[in-house]
Amino acid sequence: MTTRGDPKIWLRFTPAERIGRSMVYIIAAIAVVWSARTIEIIPEFLYDAPQQTADLFQRMWPFDIKYWPFVWKTLVETFHIATLGTILAIMMALPLAFLAARNFTSNAMLRWTAQFIFVSSRSVNSLIWALLFVAIFGPGAVAGVLSIAVRSIGFVGKLFGEALEEAQAGPIEALTATGASKPAILIKGYWPQTEPAFWSIALLRWDINIRESAVLGLVGAGGIGVALDAALNNLYWDQVGLILATILAVVVITEIVTSSIRSRII
Amino acid sequence: MMAMDEAVRQPGAAPVVLRLDRLRKEYRPGLPVLKDITLDFDKSGVTAIIGPSGTGKSTLIRCVNRLVDPTSGSIWFEGADIAQVRGSALRAVRRRIGMVFQEYNLVERLTVMENILTGRLGYVPLWRAYLRRFAEQDIARAFELLESVGLGADFANRRADKLSGGQRQRVGIARAIMQSPALVLADEPTSSLDPKTSVEIMELLADISAKQSIPVIVNIHNVELAKRYARRIVGMTGGNVVYDGKPDGLTAQHLSEIYGGEEWQ
Amino acid sequence: MTASAAPNAPSNMAAAAFPPNWPKRFAWAALTIYAVYAISVLDIDFERIVRGMDNARRLFARMFPPNLQADKLALIRDGMIESIQIAILATFVGVALSMPIGLAAARNLSPVGLAWAARGLIAILRSFHPVIVAILFVKAVGFGVLAGILALVVSTIGFVSKLFAEVVEEISAKQVEAVRATGAGFGHVLMFGVFPQVMARFVGLAVYQLDSNLRNSTMVGIVGGGGIGAPLFTAYQRFDYDVVLTILLIIIGIIMLMEVVSSRVRQIFQ
Repeated sequence: MTTRGDPKIWLRFTPAERIGRSMVYIIAAIAVVWSARTIEIIPEFLYDAPQQTADLFQRMWPFDIKYWPFVWKTLVETFHIATLGTILAIMMALPLAFLAARNFTSNAMLRWTAQFIFVSSRSVNSLIWALLFVAIFGPGAVAGVLSIAVRSIGFVGKLFGEALEEAQAGPIEALTATGASKPAILIKGYWPQTEPAFWSIALLRWDINIRESAVLGLVGAGGIGVALDAALNNLYWDQVGLILATILAVVVITEIVTSSIRSRII
Repeated sequence: MMAMDEAVRQPGAAPVVLRLDRLRKEYRPGLPVLKDITLDFDKSGVTAIIGPSGTGKSTLIRCVNRLVDPTSGSIWFEGADIAQVRGSALRAVRRRIGMVFQEYNLVERLTVMENILTGRLGYVPLWRAYLRRFAEQDIARAFELLESVGLGADFANRRADKLSGGQRQRVGIARAIMQSPALVLADEPTSSLDPKTSVEIMELLADISAKQSIPVIVNIHNVELAKRYARRIVGMTGGNVVYDGKPDGLTAQHLSEIYGGEEWQ
Repeated sequence: MTASAAPNAPSNMAAAAFPPNWPKRFAWAALTIYAVYAISVLDIDFERIVRGMDNARRLFARMFPPNLQADKLALIRDGMIESIQIAILATFVGVALSMPIGLAAARNLSPVGLAWAARGLIAILRSFHPVIVAILFVKAVGFGVLAGILALVVSTIGFVSKLFAEVVEEISAKQVEAVRATGAGFGHVLMFGVFPQVMARFVGLAVYQLDSNLRNSTMVGIVGGGGIGAPLFTAYQRFDYDVVLTILLIIIGIIMLMEVVSSRVRQIFQ
């Protein structure tokens, strides 16, 4: 750093800061170089990539309209999977979020358990959860709903738990001082403060789940992915094109809907 | 209507550093905020522009370094009309004009030193700026300035968001002076500060203006401060200049003309 | 879309005087009715759940103990390393591209036309799940890690540049103006006026995306995009559930480790 005696020396960071940052940069650089060098990329595949891509789009157009009734049916199923999955996830995540929030639960063991459930839920992708649930419940929408639900618990629980921890202590202490019961404190103290966060989290996750549930069918967990899987296996690219266009439209609509709701409630 | 003080405008008394000629600004067509302002600023001392809020003081100052583009008229600075210059010519002009802001406008997450050295950015290649490799003499000068605005070298590595308002404004002044400007503009530099700190900041501006012989044009709401530290006062109202002269010449009558019925204290 | 649309009433009303809020109650009722309807449409019934529990018991019985044979572990290790490499490269390339795209999409810095073009690009990149993008890339560049990397680059750009643009739009214009007033050029203004305000958040986004890419890189293999996904899917199809469990445990372990690392990195760049 600087002293009055030697004013010309000026460094942006303290030595400790410099070391910390440099370490991160160096490790990042090593990681990238290591990855790039050991990964095998077959150049021959790259040469005809533009051709293949052009070919892909040519085969997609015109869409196979005859496939539409089936696409529509699976699309509706996708919507149900995403929505039910989100509702189910919220029902399971809310109690856990209260367990995980430091200002609500004082027992460290309980908090730690809730955190562990969140991390496990988030670490495993919804597609992998779907694999497990298909093995248990057989192919179909049930597996889809459960995999969406289980995958979303961690997301909803973690974010809502954080929102709870940010809740101001003042109103809650005031309620506690009146001798209110724990459920009363919860409904009149925490809920009003965290409700906007709750809806924003729920909407955000629902939006994500619409996208996620579109692929679950690839492993047999229902929804539009089933139609996609069938089309891909048969190499019917004109059907694939139709499905992708449908998903694109749904995603755009979902985005518009969620953002308009969000602007109204938050 | 316009009270002219001949001593200020006498030709040859002091060379003119900035000349505004029929400067006009309309944010919406037909509604001028500045109504053909013509003013000369000579090379010394503090000039205070007073007037009620919303009267175009800030627009006037921002037109000079072209943070706001004037609608018509000319701005003569260092031998050229800069009212329409763009690109690198505009940046060259801005380097020669320091600016002090009402809310300090320091880059909050940078250190005091980095904020002061921001004044040299116009002269430093991008990669040097990125690596914070400023020239030694720049750093030495930044430390001197830190001293002369009353902060001292200990402040160099503090982050701007850790400073008080008065300290921030001192850094803001150091940043402006760091540009080695031919002119300093100060836009309500004391409006966000408490009365005591306001006095200190005005004193600092006047002091630096005198010592480094840099002319300072300052927008200020507080008439008492303006009278105390400015050598010349320009009173504006409704986009017009209605007083231009020495502080002593400013009478209660002028003030009521400038501020209308509005409270001016 | 009706269901989640629930409350457009002010949310602090409970704090006010607890008046009954009919639109809100109606929304809750609609949500419940929808849930019941959807459950019936999807053929979710009690009997099926019970049968499922039976399957679950058998599944878990076959999962335990996790398979720790040396040859299996070697296979898993290779797949996992490949997944990590896919995640690292995709994050690096994607984050590097997200910086300019995010800046271009920020409406406070970028010209209107460019901003909308960048926003359109981001919207398109965001619409598809990485696995679907991977399917397309597998067709375009063939089976293997490259398809996986490209798919994750796309999702990285979609996520990071969108949020980065939002961060940039939130910066203080005054700080930028002050740097501009010193006569600094555009690059200098970015570096001294904009980046200091957004860098910590950008690093946070990048690190978060590394997490997310690591999760997704375990999946792209299911459609031929390389990484641990392929061995996982094979083991699953062969009913080698003990291997599946081993892989899942390793994935969870690595991702938890990543969370620790990423929170450290975020602190350093605070």
